[in-house]
Amino acid sequence: MDLLAKLKILADAAKYDASCASSGTITRSSLGEKTGVGSTEGMGICHAYAPDGRCISLLKILLTNSCVYDCLYCINRRSSNVQRARFTVEEVVTLTLGFYRRNCIEGLFLSSGIIRSPDYTMEQVVRVAKTLREEHGFRGYIHLKTIPDASPELLLEAGRYADRLSINVEMPTEDGLARLAPEKDMPSIRRSMGRMRLRIDEARAEKKAARFAPAGQSTQMIVGADDSSDRKILAQSTNLYSNYGLRRVYFSAFSPIPDASAVLPPKRAPLLREHRLYQADWLMRFYEFKADELALDAAGNMDLSMDPKLAWALQHREQFPVDVNTATREQLLRVPGMGVKSVDKLLQARRHRRLRMDDLARLRMPMDKVAPFVTALDYQPGGLLDSARLAQRLVPKPAQLEMFA
Amino acid sequence: MKSVVLAHEVDWAGWRAAARALALSELAPDDVVWSVRNVSDLFAEPENEAIAPPPGGFTVPRALVTLAETVIQARDPERFALLYRLIWRAHRDEKHILEMTTDPEVQRAQRLAQAVRRDTHKMRAFVRFREVAEPEGTRYVSWFEPEHYIVEANAPFFARRFATMVWSILTPYRSAHWDGEALRFDMGASPSEVPDDDRLEAYWRAYYSSIFNPARLKVGAMRAEMPQKYWRNLPEAAAIPELIRTASGRVDSMVEQPVFSAPRPSSPNLPSIVTPPAAEHGSPLHEAAREAADCRRCSLWEPATQVVFGEGSPNARVMMIGEQPGDQEDLAGRPFVGPAGQLLDRAMVEAGLDRRTVYVTNAVKHFKFVPRGKRRIHEKPGTGEINACRFWLDLERATIKPALTVMMGATAARAVLGRAVAITRERGQPMPLPDGKGGNTTGFITVHPSYLLRVPDEETKAREYAAFVADLRRIVELAA
Repeated sequence: MDLLAKLKILADAAKYDASCASSGTITRSSLGEKTGVGSTEGMGICHAYAPDGRCISLLKILLTNSCVYDCLYCINRRSSNVQRARFTVEEVVTLTLGFYRRNCIEGLFLSSGIIRSPDYTMEQVVRVAKTLREEHGFRGYIHLKTIPDASPELLLEAGRYADRLSINVEMPTEDGLARLAPEKDMPSIRRSMGRMRLRIDEARAEKKAARFAPAGQSTQMIVGADDSSDRKILAQSTNLYSNYGLRRVYFSAFSPIPDASAVLPPKRAPLLREHRLYQADWLMRFYEFKADELALDAAGNMDLSMDPKLAWALQHREQFPVDVNTATREQLLRVPGMGVKSVDKLLQARRHRRLRMDDLARLRMPMDKVAPFVTALDYQPGGLLDSARLAQRLVPKPAQLEMFA
Repeated sequence: MKSVVLAHEVDWAGWRAAARALALSELAPDDVVWSVRNVSDLFAEPENEAIAPPPGGFTVPRALVTLAETVIQARDPERFALLYRLIWRAHRDEKHILEMTTDPEVQRAQRLAQAVRRDTHKMRAFVRFREVAEPEGTRYVSWFEPEHYIVEANAPFFARRFATMVWSILTPYRSAHWDGEALRFDMGASPSEVPDDDRLEAYWRAYYSSIFNPARLKVGAMRAEMPQKYWRNLPEAAAIPELIRTASGRVDSMVEQPVFSAPRPSSPNLPSIVTPPAAEHGSPLHEAAREAADCRRCSLWEPATQVVFGEGSPNARVMMIGEQPGDQEDLAGRPFVGPAGQLLDRAMVEAGLDRRTVYVTNAVKHFKFVPRGKRRIHEKPGTGEINACRFWLDLERATIKPALTVMMGATAARAVLGRAVAITRERGQPMPLPDGKGGNTTGFITVHPSYLLRVPDEETKAREYAAFVADLRRIVELAA
């Protein structure tokens, strides 16, 4: 099989991994160097966007899509009849450097199906990173998918060459994982993440310590392949952030795959739900919301028709309106339509003058959404806040939601 | 009316010197006209007579200078005047001008800066090099059409990244060249100076097409981040129309006429994976640890990483019991490896108590905590959890049969004695403990080492540490 054909198969096999981030690592530069290539400057760069709206920052491929595991949601599972391919270490190195020199990518995100044994597979993955770093002086970004059952020595080596490591928890619950990924084991995944956190923290705390994944670790959870509620999913992501200091917990709407397993009924990807989960996740991480504050129905799910902050505000109208000239940062962050950046600008502006509604408009806040929940020097929302029709006024028309449907 | 002619579109030094001199001369913004010398004179000698700054102090906030450095790259003929107005106002009496985030002039400058930053970022993203063979070696050449005057300021980024390559970035107004050692800028160029294709472009297009997931089609999101104006210089963009056109059909075929493959024969068995043994394989303690790994006797298992079972010598004469694993213990899967464990180690060495000869464990085997961002805050285990976990502690005690059982802290004491214990009143006194077979062993209460970490003042801390070491010495004597 020629290289082009392999590339098509092994990129296709990698596209169900949401992460393509290339940010948050240490600074590296090739200035003054005789050989090698590449730099990292903290902020990642998206070199292209696919028509799915996703950023393409890294060459995201599998070393091989052969796999001895039989995870039912996965296109590469043992029982799938998908065409198999395998790159050599040199082929991955050549493609990475070739694309990098043409400024197509920030670096490599390498994952692999499990072949022979976890250690054998991990060893192959690590060898690619090692070759790039040591033989070619590659200073770009490397993200390696870690195999939870691989030996701690290989993990250590992976962390030395990689900027980021990740292990996917795959499912929101242990039972879900056991049912859909019989060879995977949640406790083992969590133990590996625990070990990685210890190493990452250690390397960060001590200057002399050997480098270990300076861009930290991340994980991914598939949404909609099992029947986990939003409550379960969000509890799991909160737990993962605090337990393992993850940079990101990615949600990936389960999307139909060719040659699917009959166990998973074919459905369109729940993209709107994925979007709402990210919004709720952000409210907890950056807006000081507690998990139990989110508006959930009896089954523990969010109302998909509106964003979770608006849903919360409509249920807590007694806390509004807030006065934009006196409210605390925390209160302002809870106003639907106000984001972290616009709130911080508002706080700066009000040090110098009392604010009117057109000041908020100049800060480019969505006025329809903000207006019922605030008072300003020249404005009172009147009965708007108590109106039974407020939700109807503010919830976007179904047509706008279709882009996620 | 004063006219200032800048040498070129991003003549930062010229603008800065002029703005400074004008402000010190009290020349109001409305009395100054800014322009840029005709582009064809670009490399001619400057003809502008120098504006001599009158003496006097001139300071503007650093943040405003940084903003101006960015805004001057904007493709907006009014930018020089706008920036001078901001400098003028800051120089007069509005020192905190940038905090006035709703001021129309501040906003205009911020928006221009934002546009420049975005364009800068997009240039870093969307420049594509093509390989050109030249007599001296390979040159990488790119044609790019920035919206703003960003080439000069942005070129160092490419130099840092591609320092060991020889490259040129050609744009309509300015071109940047790197020869491996220095940057050089010259006139604008035309797209015809860049070769049409590159040996890797077919590969890159194939990658782009294959990484796209048709089940997630969001064309608007793509266009927002990769506006169509960039497409003509992106080799992968040629694939976009076809990918969009065929997406829904590809999804329909997966959703409406799914193909379910017949399962293939299962693979050979994988080597089974086991947790690193806490005790020798097959020993009763090892068996207990393995069973405990799946413990669901209380709800602490779910948020925690793993059971942290006791460890140490199976023939230990001393068994030391703490409260519960902490953050580090939960991650590592071993007891007393975190800050309290390190303190315990130090105190044990001082007291002459060899950790390898004792058995250390906790009353509760899972870490109890509340999540707080990227940290976990320790929570004291409740009586219910202590009782649920006593099963494992009793098993450890019955297996080890220590001569001396050391209870460190109130939780350990409650777990062993089954009652609330005031540590300060009962510490340091050996007490008889039923051994479960009608006989007695010895119990001993002391503080939990984490208590020593929480003592606020140094003097008390030193005293409490000494008392703890004294307790450990006593333990050595009692166990002898």
